[in-house]
Amino acid sequence: MSNFSDNNIRIVQPGPMTLVQDRGRAGYQQLGVSVSGAVDVESLDIGNRLVGNHKKSAGLEVLLGGLVIEFLGRTIFAVTGADTSPKLDGVPVAMNVSCVAHAGARLELGMVATGLRTYVAMAGGIAAPESLGSRSTHIASALGGIDGRAVAEGDVIELGTPNIDDVSGLALEDERTLDGELSVRVILGPQDNEFSAAGIETLLNSEYIVTDQSNRQGLRLDGPEIESRSGRYDIISDAVVNGSIQVPGDGKPIILLADRQTTGGYAKIATVASVDLSILGQAAPGTVIRFTAISIEDAQQLLVARQRVIHESVLTSVVDSETFFVDDLDVRVGVAENSMVSLANIDGSIYPISFDEYSPAEQ
Amino acid sequence: MASAASAEVGNGVFPRVVPAGDSAILIELGSEINPAINDRVYSLANSIAQSRLEAVIELVPTYRSILISYDPLVASYSEMIERLESLVDNSSGSGADSGSGDENSFAPKIIELPVVYGGEDGPDIDNVAELAGVSRQEVIDIHSGVDYRVYMIGFAPGFPYLGGLDQRIATPRLKTPRISVPAGSVGIAESQTGVYPNASPGGWQLIGRTAAKLFDVENSSPSLITPGSKVRFVPVESHE
Repeated sequence: MSNFSDNNIRIVQPGPMTLVQDRGRAGYQQLGVSVSGAVDVESLDIGNRLVGNHKKSAGLEVLLGGLVIEFLGRTIFAVTGADTSPKLDGVPVAMNVSCVAHAGARLELGMVATGLRTYVAMAGGIAAPESLGSRSTHIASALGGIDGRAVAEGDVIELGTPNIDDVSGLALEDERTLDGELSVRVILGPQDNEFSAAGIETLLNSEYIVTDQSNRQGLRLDGPEIESRSGRYDIISDAVVNGSIQVPGDGKPIILLADRQTTGGYAKIATVASVDLSILGQAAPGTVIRFTAISIEDAQQLLVARQRVIHESVLTSVVDSETFFVDDLDVRVGVAENSMVSLANIDGSIYPISFDEYSPAEQ
Repeated sequence: MASAASAEVGNGVFPRVVPAGDSAILIELGSEINPAINDRVYSLANSIAQSRLEAVIELVPTYRSILISYDPLVASYSEMIERLESLVDNSSGSGADSGSGDENSFAPKIIELPVVYGGEDGPDIDNVAELAGVSRQEVIDIHSGVDYRVYMIGFAPGFPYLGGLDQRIATPRLKTPRISVPAGSVGIAESQTGVYPNASPGGWQLIGRTAAKLFDVENSSPSLITPGSKVRFVPVESHE
């Protein structure tokens, strides 16, 4: 029914920093290659699912918003993660819904109100060449993405072949709140033995604040100093993981994220439970973090349950409920089941809308 | 049960098998940098690689530990521990396993790197010679006279942490780091020597440079130097 050939996009404005990201470049850490990948991988996963993509597909990770792209062909897309009040040719687009853009349509993201990163998933995924099995951009080593760099104005980015013809009008709610306070579950270790009992108490009973010295490599936190057992914080360098909480000599923890180096020389007091990693990608400077220790068994059960929600829960479809006309167009408006998400079916193509801002009364 | 005899900074006995979060397990085999412990690291890494556990995503062997990253949706922590502990028990005490030529194994091969010492390629060689109280040629002879152990790779793609530098030519870092060091530069920092796989800022005293391509992203085995191998610097007059 629709022609998806030449479904490329053009970057009209890149915003402060927009990167091609997928789920990361695992498998080469023993050679010093950072994993990288989407920091809020849940949001990327949700986007890919909404547009019918494979889990490994790459999308755009947009820091703080401000991205404007032009679709060069008819494209199904979804915007997830931090709400940037996206608009398609001026029409408000609901978050976490798949919808259709016609050739020539422009998607414009505003600036984030809360959170940090917005994801744009497009059917077929970004088809930039893979480096070492991934399209994730790692700027420090100039790997992946568009020549190892952030996307720039004028870039034309090719999309792959969509898996299915038309999956627009599907919604998956993001139930997380990004209100400036986070409770983060951790598993103690691997080097909790390098810290005093008081040091571990400090980590688990204090408030830490995300500083502006934070990026895709890690969150540098400010708060009470964590006491080591020996007065030293250095260990013989060894491997780190996504969510490693290392404590350097100033006693203030750093949570390592997607772009971390593969090894580090500071003792790691605890590790963030995987289920709480994605939300850290939305922890803007000033966010207050409290840590809670949980068992590894609980952490794995929580992860399994969360993965089930993201990858297996039933997507909400949309029911038409009202028909009216705008500028001679046949417009039908529907509300997604079990959610506040509204969609407009305009002359047969489905666009998500914010119902408040697109009510019949205002037209 | 833990004897404090081997404890350096409050650690118990080794091997110490601990979770690194819910998706990785760390096995520490010691608390110092030495060849015997590092041999055990690669011997155990080989056993784990060859056992082809379904849940394992990747292994990161370092100076004295191995990180096993796994998919908890495929195997739980207790299932992983059960499988790993038998491998740990079987490998403890043994020396370096030569591997079996398996691509996944960490074979202790020797990698020869042709190096042009001094001149534009090694602008700090005279600093090193002066501090060591030896001639330029002696720096070259001493530096190229040993096979260096690749304890691990980290910091940047393909960057080897080498052990075995002759203490006579150990030299402090430059007071002011260079903004850009050319790829392939061979340097000394304190009692370490190393080679930069890519151009990067750096404060090492540069004594030479190799034209060998150390990291090639187009290659499915992208790093010329691999963990657990040895590096031999071979003096050459020119690049070719």
